[in-house]
Amino acid sequence: MYIVEVKNITKNFKDTVAVDDISFEVGQGELFGLIGPDGAGKTTLFRMLTTLLKPMSGYAKVLGFDIVKDYKKIRKHVGYMPGRFSLYQDLSVEENLKFFATIFGTTIEENYDLIKDIYILLEPFKKRKAGKLSGGMKQKLALCCALIHKPDVLFLDEPTTGVDPVSRNEFWEMLRKLKEQGITILVSTPYMDEASLCDRVALMQKGKTLSIDTPENIISRFKKPLFAISSENQYSLMQNLLAYENRDTIYPFGDFLHYTDKRENVSTDEIMKYIESLNCKKITVKSIKPNIEDCFMALMEEN
Amino acid sequence: MEDNKIIYAENLTKKFGNFTAVNSISFSVNKGEIFGFLGANGAGKTTAIRMLCGLSTPTSGKATVAGFDVFKQTENIKKNIGYMSQKFSLYEDLTVKENIVFYGGIYGLSNKEIKEKTDYLVDILKIGDARNKLIKSLPLGWKQKLAFSVSILHNPKIVFLDEPTGGVDPVTRRQFWNMIYDAASKGVTVFVTTHYMDEAEYCNRVSIMADGVIAAMDTPSKLKESYNVKTMHDVFVKIAR
Repeated sequence: MYIVEVKNITKNFKDTVAVDDISFEVGQGELFGLIGPDGAGKTTLFRMLTTLLKPMSGYAKVLGFDIVKDYKKIRKHVGYMPGRFSLYQDLSVEENLKFFATIFGTTIEENYDLIKDIYILLEPFKKRKAGKLSGGMKQKLALCCALIHKPDVLFLDEPTTGVDPVSRNEFWEMLRKLKEQGITILVSTPYMDEASLCDRVALMQKGKTLSIDTPENIISRFKKPLFAISSENQYSLMQNLLAYENRDTIYPFGDFLHYTDKRENVSTDEIMKYIESLNCKKITVKSIKPNIEDCFMALMEEN
Repeated sequence: MEDNKIIYAENLTKKFGNFTAVNSISFSVNKGEIFGFLGANGAGKTTAIRMLCGLSTPTSGKATVAGFDVFKQTENIKKNIGYMSQKFSLYEDLTVKENIVFYGGIYGLSNKEIKEKTDYLVDILKIGDARNKLIKSLPLGWKQKLAFSVSILHNPKIVFLDEPTGGVDPVTRRQFWNMIYDAASKGVTVFVTTHYMDEAEYCNRVSIMADGVIAAMDTPSKLKESYNVKTMHDVFVKIAR
């Protein structure tokens, strides 16, 4: 049995199609990522899977239960961390956690093992009101509250948005530990680099899935040889390559430009020669493996 | 103050009760520069930006923005800067045109200038059909590009961008940076925060805040060299950890 099964699910808001005919499955213990920018449909999809919204058409099952007919059963067994902080701001850290435990008919003590590693970091602030916590602390408390009834599956809607790179790493470290304890996790993010931390991902854009697979397989399907190019003046190099007749795509990536050529089997030497003819200095051209962001942009173009 | 320093801060400090959010930071930003203002969550970036925009009075130290004092001349500062963030930019219940007219009016542009600017923006952003649409009906990428254009409508000397590309798709993110380069080439100084470390590489200079102080400040290539790492992401991890 799949933990989550989504089949041709669609959701409209008036004339906006937020989720457009999406299908996928998530297996036991998987860490599954929904990767895409704002407006991709990630939140709407999560709200349907957590039984807060009904689909217009198609169906979905969570833990074998239908999201429309069996919604009450689903709610007992899933944990949900919404994108917007939605704990009680006027309750303390401890009170929030206790509240969520009580609602689900359990106690903090009963499932303490599951949240221990995370809650330890919050413990010094347990008397503080949730509204007075820093962003990172709020995020940790929300995760604890989503876990306190020991759910079988966890839905995390953009837990790392607006979070700095170091704190993001720490958060993914926590997810890895939860995964080791057998919890199935669906997590959404606009940060493409987080795709590589998932077992499988769905790349999403404007309500549709562009690709669903392991990050490695998505990368291996990138069609063209990809080159990273740099020179002393990246801006003028970019302008020159934009005007180059053999250029297929060119995108800045940090201090390199990622370049694909219209010609098949073009070599680094040929590209190097052309750039030298532009009187650029300190040129490097190397053949590289694409990352998920390269793939995402290529898929955006195809669609 | 030297002429080419558009922002100049010396020992700028902000305390909230016993908590020092910004602890004696000193730095300057040159005219026309793209300056990346990085740091971990809670490092003091937002507090520092609020002081520089004239929205929060510093506890001590001194600073000038566009030549105006952050203690005494906050109204002059507000007229000479632009500001945009991911959270607040345009009014969702006004149309594209109404937003431009509103912001143009606030910044004292004449009706003729507002009309010219509206036509110009609709043209370069290729949003002709959307002129009379409500902002809330537009895709995020369009909104952010429009918000940036509106933030520099009054030709400010400096524009503050607070996480302008958060959640934006990768292609639009790059188009947005093209607009930043374009503005900088016209002499606008750009002060930008971001959590995308590839974007840190696009800045002329970068500062990284940690626990209320500026822990590092230099060009991206010199920072990578001095921390002996290959990417700005690695520099950030070394400093913020």
